[in-house]
Amino acid sequence: MNKVVNNAEEALRDLSDGVTILLGGFGLCGIPENCIAALVKKNVKSLTCISNNAGVDDFGIGLMLKQKQVKKMISSYVGENAEFERQLLNGELEVELIPQGTLATRCLAAGYGMPVIYTPAGAGTEIAIGKESREFNGKEYLMEYAFAADYALVKAWKGDTEGNLIYRATARNFNPLMAMAGKITIAEVEELVPAGSLDPDYIHTPGIYVHRIFQGSNYEKRIEQRTVQQKQ
Amino acid sequence: MALTKEQIAQRIATELKDGFYVNLGIGIPTLVANYIPKGMNVILQSENGLLGMGPFPFAGEEDPDLINAGKQTITTIPGSAFFDSAMSFGMIRAGKVDLTVLGAMEVSETGDIANWKIPGKMVKGMGGAMDLVASAKNIIVAMMHTNPKGESKLLPACTLPLTGVKCVKKIVTDIAVIDVTNNGFYLVERAPGITVEEIKSKTAGKLIVEGDIPEMKF
Repeated sequence: MNKVVNNAEEALRDLSDGVTILLGGFGLCGIPENCIAALVKKNVKSLTCISNNAGVDDFGIGLMLKQKQVKKMISSYVGENAEFERQLLNGELEVELIPQGTLATRCLAAGYGMPVIYTPAGAGTEIAIGKESREFNGKEYLMEYAFAADYALVKAWKGDTEGNLIYRATARNFNPLMAMAGKITIAEVEELVPAGSLDPDYIHTPGIYVHRIFQGSNYEKRIEQRTVQQKQ
Repeated sequence: MALTKEQIAQRIATELKDGFYVNLGIGIPTLVANYIPKGMNVILQSENGLLGMGPFPFAGEEDPDLINAGKQTITTIPGSAFFDSAMSFGMIRAGKVDLTVLGAMEVSETGDIANWKIPGKMVKGMGGAMDLVASAKNIIVAMMHTNPKGESKLLPACTLPLTGVKCVKKIVTDIAVIDVTNNGFYLVERAPGITVEEIKSKTAGKLIVEGDIPEMKF
């Protein structure tokens, strides 16, 4: 089976209104820029997006919010986005906030074939309301479900034609976890190489989890908080 | 004199021990990194997937793939490691991180913490705070003793939605160092020139004062 496609448009060819999508990245670091641009162009609607953050006003998932493509956002932190705030306060957007580790581990569980996880995060707080909990060794844990998502859109540094992926630095973040959790996982990479070019010992995401892969283009890699020190 | 934010960070840094793995939250906690004693090996964990966080890069050397949990450009130190977000919170949940320092809006005398949501205001989310406070072995809160209205942030019970329950071990404010014990807030030190009476008057929760309370030294 050939997993390689030419670009994001081709990779997202069957993605339709109303689906649930996992999007990798932390802030604007390691986000699938090409896939997001294609989603904006395709203008699919009523999407449920699961991503740690919701981009900024003019980049990342913020571009999809601007076109009102997102029905529901599941994230751990959604600051830095005025349009998001406006839609939320107007009741145009549904938001579910969940702890960051819970978000990550619910992806992991999906990729590991486990229906639930137990985590202490949020026990005794309002996010525990309506959730099953259980005590282990005198401590309370919440039961949280593995995600079931139609698509996962991830960004890697390098990938091969078998779909094996390698990430770079902290752009790894949620990408390998989400890659494991999509019914259809689409990987965009900065450099696509022939199978056999990557050392099997250094693969982060084995290709079995990846259904479509393409070499992205024109990466902006926008920096959210450029912070530097002065040379002494 | 009440402490500056830098002095709060400096005081918290005296709690560090050689070989500690430490997670520093956004705000005052980030400043603690500037006061790690020379020669002490402290490894900073950034929950977006890095152990061994270094200082900010020099201008022109920023790497968009290398940021901290506050989304700031950073560097790595020799011996650093990258990992995914599940492993990051895995090591936190498993108690591998020795110390977590974070800010708070309110802390209760039983160690409950509220730092993510104010009803009626735009909620940005808890990020990793709920995971951190639920699992960290040792949590120090860095905050002002009172809010901008002058109201105590050390309460009998939190009024804001909780981030975690019975988890805070120590609080360093601009006027005092306080341990959270089974019996309430225990006054450990006071800021230079701050009286026990002032600390009492600004602490709404139960404050235990035993003997002479030493002044912090800088």
